[in-house]
Amino acid sequence: MKYALFLGCTIPVRSQNYEMSAREIAKKLGINFVDIEDFACCGFPVKSSSTEASLVLAARNLAIAAEKKLTICTLCNACTGVLTEANKELNENKELREKVNDKLSKIDKEFKKGVKIRHFSRILYEDIGLDELKGMVKRDLSSLKLSVHYGCHYERPKNLYDDFDDPENPISLDKLVEATGAKSVDYKGKLDCCGGAILGVQEDIALEMAKNKLDHVTANKVDGLVTHCPFCSIMYEDNRRKIESKFNVQYNNLPVFFYPQLLGLAMGLDKKQLGFRLNKIKATALLDKLGIE
Amino acid sequence: MIDSKKLDPNFKFEVSKEIGGENIKHCFSCGTCTVGCPVREIDDKYNPRKIIRMVLLGMRERVLKSDFIWLCSMCYTCYDRCPQGVHLTDIMTALKNIAVREGYIHPAFKAQAELVGAFGRLYEVEDFDNKKRNKLGLPPVKKTFDEVTKLLKDSDLKELIK
Repeated sequence: MKYALFLGCTIPVRSQNYEMSAREIAKKLGINFVDIEDFACCGFPVKSSSTEASLVLAARNLAIAAEKKLTICTLCNACTGVLTEANKELNENKELREKVNDKLSKIDKEFKKGVKIRHFSRILYEDIGLDELKGMVKRDLSSLKLSVHYGCHYERPKNLYDDFDDPENPISLDKLVEATGAKSVDYKGKLDCCGGAILGVQEDIALEMAKNKLDHVTANKVDGLVTHCPFCSIMYEDNRRKIESKFNVQYNNLPVFFYPQLLGLAMGLDKKQLGFRLNKIKATALLDKLGIE
Repeated sequence: MIDSKKLDPNFKFEVSKEIGGENIKHCFSCGTCTVGCPVREIDDKYNPRKIIRMVLLGMRERVLKSDFIWLCSMCYTCYDRCPQGVHLTDIMTALKNIAVREGYIHPAFKAQAELVGAFGRLYEVEDFDNKKRNKLGLPPVKKTFDEVTKLLKDSDLKELIK
């Protein structure tokens, strides 16, 4: 299984633990990640300013993947959303495709139909499959109670994602967590947005969105919050101190980690390989519970 | 108070010509968008039903100059739930796009466009980052992308790109 690994902007400089753990478990599962250094920004950050510019940037990445004849594997929800949407629009709308290709021709690139984009979690869920993952489990995680945060753009909007999961009642990430042996605990507001996209627009609203999520998740006394998007993680992890002091709340160091880090633990991989040292809120209590030094 | 003399009856047509703005006239103001909106839950200054209504009434200046159009977190909850398929998230994007062309860009998005224009990414990658990546066993990443800079200089964001 071969995929073009699309890192996006945030992961290579701020979420290397996500990247490290994704690469480690891919190796274990026989997934071949092809690094393409020419992949740049997906286009999401300029979409609010210019949808057309965003489409051109997305199409540039899609054109590179088409040249290599590879399916794109994304790790970030926003990259997934913008690339998938651009791909759909440009496949279906000839006028738009011609306009975008006119722009791309100036850098000798061309959008071509036929590229596919898959979030890594979806690849694990659909292409690898839960049974295969269960068969790889070497470490007992059954003592763990975790909650998952799907984030937006992973299965929303519905018309982009071939019904691989139900946006109003998603199960894929819960099932992926349960495949490791850990328990996935439901909570109020599970589908709510992290607020990341408006952090720079109005910080107090964004932080309150993240606070509400942390309130609901911690109400169930879980051992950790599992995410699969670097920006959601920034909201719940990097902004934790700010949220705690602004709203005068305490979340007792609830760790936030990426799904591949959890799957890696289940596969018996070393916490160092999985980048746990880079988690800003240390998962010490969780690792202790598992007897991991 | 709405002053009907200040309304622009063509605004809805203008929005419907934007990418993603096509379905605005389908809205029958049921409010499903507003009820499920995670931003509205926190601050009622952002009210998607009201924004659509303002567009349909032609309150062009007030909408484009407002601070509320920038508050959509693009979560697509309303997009999926809207019974009329208005594609609200895309309408908000269309409104922001028009506002940018009219010179009302929000500083946060201005900064993002400038960064992507300069580095091809939202973050500047410094030598330090690649050294750290190397230590972690990760391959280096490119620091700038001339192609991205060139494409943005050829877009309607060109004035923001150095």
